[in-house]
Amino acid sequence: MDQDKTQLTEFLLRMGDNALILGHRTSEWCGHAPVLEEDIALANTALDLMGQTQLWLTYAAEVMGDGKTADDLAFLRDVWDFRNLLLVELPNGDFGQTLMRQFLFDAFQSIHLPRLAKSSDPRVAEIAEKASKEAAYHVERSADTVVGLGDGTEESHNRMQAALDRLWPYIGEMFASDPVDAAMAEAGIAPDPANLRTEYDALVGRVLAEATLTVPESTFAHKGGRTGQTHTEHLGHLLTQMQWLQRAYPGATW
Amino acid sequence: MYAQMIQSEASQDDPQKLAEFQARIDADIKIEPRDWMPEGYRKTLIRQIGQHAHSEIVGQLPEGNWITRAPTLERKMILLAKVQDEAGHGLYLYCAAETLGVSRDDLTEQLLSGKMKYSSIFNYPTLTWADIGAVGWLVDGAAIMNQVPLQRTSYGPYSRAMIRICKEESFHQRQGFDIMMKMAQGTEAQRRMAQDALNRFWYPSLMMFGPSDAESVHSTQNMAWKIKMNTNDELRQKFVDQTVPQAEFLGLTVPDENLAWNEEKGGYDFSEPDWSEFFDVLKGNGPCNTERLEARNKAWDDGAWVREGLLAHAEKKRARKTAAE
Repeated sequence: MDQDKTQLTEFLLRMGDNALILGHRTSEWCGHAPVLEEDIALANTALDLMGQTQLWLTYAAEVMGDGKTADDLAFLRDVWDFRNLLLVELPNGDFGQTLMRQFLFDAFQSIHLPRLAKSSDPRVAEIAEKASKEAAYHVERSADTVVGLGDGTEESHNRMQAALDRLWPYIGEMFASDPVDAAMAEAGIAPDPANLRTEYDALVGRVLAEATLTVPESTFAHKGGRTGQTHTEHLGHLLTQMQWLQRAYPGATW
Repeated sequence: MYAQMIQSEASQDDPQKLAEFQARIDADIKIEPRDWMPEGYRKTLIRQIGQHAHSEIVGQLPEGNWITRAPTLERKMILLAKVQDEAGHGLYLYCAAETLGVSRDDLTEQLLSGKMKYSSIFNYPTLTWADIGAVGWLVDGAAIMNQVPLQRTSYGPYSRAMIRICKEESFHQRQGFDIMMKMAQGTEAQRRMAQDALNRFWYPSLMMFGPSDAESVHSTQNMAWKIKMNTNDELRQKFVDQTVPQAEFLGLTVPDENLAWNEEKGGYDFSEPDWSEFFDVLKGNGPCNTERLEARNKAWDDGAWVREGLLAHAEKKRARKTAAE
């Protein structure tokens, strides 16, 4: 595979894996949410994310061109091949932590995807166009919930602050540019994520202020997921469950 | 068929009013929330709609059990959509019940304390992926048998909820059959899985219709009120007659040595399920009763701070708005 294709594949895997792993985590809530409307909303979010996964990974498989499918990429790669942010593979924690993570991710998506919709790569633009509509809706909902719980009771406030403190060190990775991002920006395929930070901070800052939550001061960032250099211990367990049938019965069709 | 053994309440209302009420039902005029209705009719409906709603909610659990392990992206999406539909059905049904003067929280508390029941079928475990196929094919198939006639039920909000629900249930049943088809045409291990799922889900599916109620006074009253449209035996027969050819098409064997086509009645003869098992499950002794109720109680208890937080926020917002005006 030539260099351009390798980098495009890398980029597409990052997009697809974020959607896949967060979609999986969200789907773990099914039937266990605090209220029926949340069961429906979480399943809906998971469903949107799985739909996005299929589009990104199908395109990634096509660019790779070695006959693999989106399912092969989802179900037959091991931990070190995944390119998702560490943020999305963290365990759900309580409902507050799940919704805080969703908001922090949705906020990024709501800024990133509309730019991707103008990508020089028509397939990327087409997928992002669809996904950005979903992201706009997701961020509205998750922001509302973060505000509602942050500015709710003392307990809900404390839980949301704890969730924010727990997740904040995983935000920086979204904006940590590397040569893949540089190549994508150069080719007009995707924006350099480092350039999105100001807009992100403004959006997140506004919502967190309304939620009466304090943005942590630390700028430390855990990294390694989107480059594949290192993941958390949690991803392996997630894959063990997600990939189990495909691994246990190789070659079967379902 | 998510409501089982619904007892009717005796009504002690004015005979004149009762006669007028019955005349409306006989004329197929829908009863609406503001209309006069016998207390027994109202209570029976709350029991039935509530039990149906609870079944949708608890029913998320055995299927949700496989969402994170679904074998392909497409299967995962279909299953997610299905479980989401079920939560939606629960919502329509709770709303229908609320028009009868009971709140969703009240009904929920009664489910969590074990005072109200949900369908016996959801107390059986989903052990393999084929079970997800069997649940769609058999369980949703049995549910549809009962729900299609209930679209014509006498209570307006319930009837309208059923019309929406039936549209989605037939899609669920088809996707279940599609999973079974893939398994039945698949590897040796997949075929074994499919047969095993049919073996375990066949009789519990027959139990979904409840024991014979041909002689039951409750059944007679509920049928007169058009809350119940067919006897349990009629529906069970219809289900067997529909399902046996499908099993044959899949190349699977229905686990019943007595299964035989009866030319005279134009239907299959088949073995009754073990009704003592059914009553054990209703009493709380099914394989998963404890886990199901524990899971629902945990979700409710763990979610208390979320519900309280959102409520407190809504009140603060209202207060701020009032202060600003």
